[in-house]
Amino acid sequence: MTTLNIHDMSVSVNGHDLVHEVSFSLSVGEWLCIIGPNGAGKSTLLKAIAGITASTGDMYIDNHDLRRFNERERACWIAYVPQEPILPAGMRVFDYVLLGRTAHLNLLASESPKDVDITNIVISELALDEFRDRDVATLSGGERQRVTIARALAQASPIILLDEPTTALDVGYQQEVLELIDRLRREQKIAVVTTMHDLTVSGLYPDRLMLLSHGQVVSNGPASEVLTVDNISEYYGAQVQIIGNNGRPIVVPIRTIQDS
Amino acid sequence: MAATVKRISATTLVVCFVAAIVTIILAVCVGAVSVPASDVLHSIGWHLKLPFMARTAGTNDIIIWQLRLPRVILAFVVGSMLASAGATYQGTFRNPLADPYLLGVSAGAGLGATFAIVSGKHISHTLIPAASFVGAMGAVALTYTLGRSGVAGRMSASLVLAGVAVANLLTAIQTLIQQQHNDKIREVYSWVLGTLNTTGWNDVRLVAPYIGLSTFMLYRYRRVLDVFSVGDDEATTLGLPVERVRAIVIIAATLGTSAAVSVTGLIGFVGIIVPHILRLLVGNSYRALIPLSIVAGGIFLVCADLIARTVLAPAEIPIGIVTALIGAPFFLYILGSRRIRTSV
Repeated sequence: MTTLNIHDMSVSVNGHDLVHEVSFSLSVGEWLCIIGPNGAGKSTLLKAIAGITASTGDMYIDNHDLRRFNERERACWIAYVPQEPILPAGMRVFDYVLLGRTAHLNLLASESPKDVDITNIVISELALDEFRDRDVATLSGGERQRVTIARALAQASPIILLDEPTTALDVGYQQEVLELIDRLRREQKIAVVTTMHDLTVSGLYPDRLMLLSHGQVVSNGPASEVLTVDNISEYYGAQVQIIGNNGRPIVVPIRTIQDS
Repeated sequence: MAATVKRISATTLVVCFVAAIVTIILAVCVGAVSVPASDVLHSIGWHLKLPFMARTAGTNDIIIWQLRLPRVILAFVVGSMLASAGATYQGTFRNPLADPYLLGVSAGAGLGATFAIVSGKHISHTLIPAASFVGAMGAVALTYTLGRSGVAGRMSASLVLAGVAVANLLTAIQTLIQQQHNDKIREVYSWVLGTLNTTGWNDVRLVAPYIGLSTFMLYRYRRVLDVFSVGDDEATTLGLPVERVRAIVIIAATLGTSAAVSVTGLIGFVGIIVPHILRLLVGNSYRALIPLSIVAGGIFLVCADLIARTVLAPAEIPIGIVTALIGAPFFLYILGSRRIRTSV
């Protein structure tokens, strides 16, 4: 079973720690969600794991040292979807998803029929067939998110990092995207790391939550242990009420000023 | 139905090849003295030692083989180079305004040529190309060294900024030298405006190897240029060694562009306009843009040169002015008709 091991990962910019000694491990089929207030270092941590932000600490997948990998080898293990992916105007959905095959190609080679097949399978899998020839820049929010996830799947890496996959989506699309991720990670044995800022939603699908504050892990575990009135008050500075305690807590903000 | 990778069709390739040949032959026919196309074919065929080709009569053969054909071929290869380098830079820098001179090639070549012009008593036809080639390569090397040390992860932006700074610095030095040598201003000026007035096959022989190698490299990297379209960060996580590939295509483009400007001076606009006209016609994928830029850039510059040497004959209009004068309206026309088509 493929397992990602992060140990004492730190990201420092100008002597200021954005991420400080974060450690966790995650196996395929699992979903870890990183939460925390704005500026806690969620996106930075994801970028560090993806290899586009310099960091210190150990990163292993099983016994492979990720730090010894070049871009291409790393991309075969880890796929990354940023919070605001760049969808180049004029590019077809098919060609965009096909970009996911980059890591499997020699620099000067063209895509093989196998790459084309994998791309077509992923497109069908995510019910994007009718969009195949559409310009990616013309897609709606929910469609865009599905297309970027499709690209990550075409990359065929066992670990997928998704930065705020549901931000800017309406509740219906949120549900659609989250259920898609949940199904894929179970069916295709993928380890998923997401960041999220909607606390209730973060408790719904992921197996585990990791609460970051000022770059440090301050709480880690199942939703019912992390999403507590005390944690949210201390690290978010918010007054909330937690409803429902069947392991899926619902976080409800409380109005703190009195009606006059 | 499942989709496949879009590649240039065989038909398009044949059409392009035929268009290029026809343009070259027609451009050789037209001039102060018109020569029939059959003479052009025979003359070229005879010199290339093809079978069944009769030697063309004296004057026409000299006009065709010694005067016009070298110039037309030079225009074609330089146009190919500028257009494909422009498309490549637009891709790697994700900047629609990028042209082959983005990193300081023009300013470096200008400074080199000015040095050569003011230092000699009479204009040397070997010294100017050598000096401008060295100047162009040196300028890009300086830009790259300075731009690379910029903020990590923002290299493409810092390279462009370093290019602007280097170009301004070198242009200032060039202007200074020029002002101190008033008598040579005319020569510097005519070099800056670009000219395809060649010395026969020598110039072609001089630049063809560089341009050939350079365009071949850019052609090989055409698929990878599409990966750049999602930005440096995402391209990295897709498995592309972004900085290494960018360095390779910059070196390739600089080599060919420097060679081109060293014999023709600064011909502007080709590197911007040809790729953008093609974008409007065939889309943004570099798999199509690079090969089509090579062909269309060549055809464009041959046509521009034809206008430059015939409209005011026997006088010549500087080629750089023609590329802008016919290029800009044509570009605007394509832009306009395209907009109408997509809005319907």
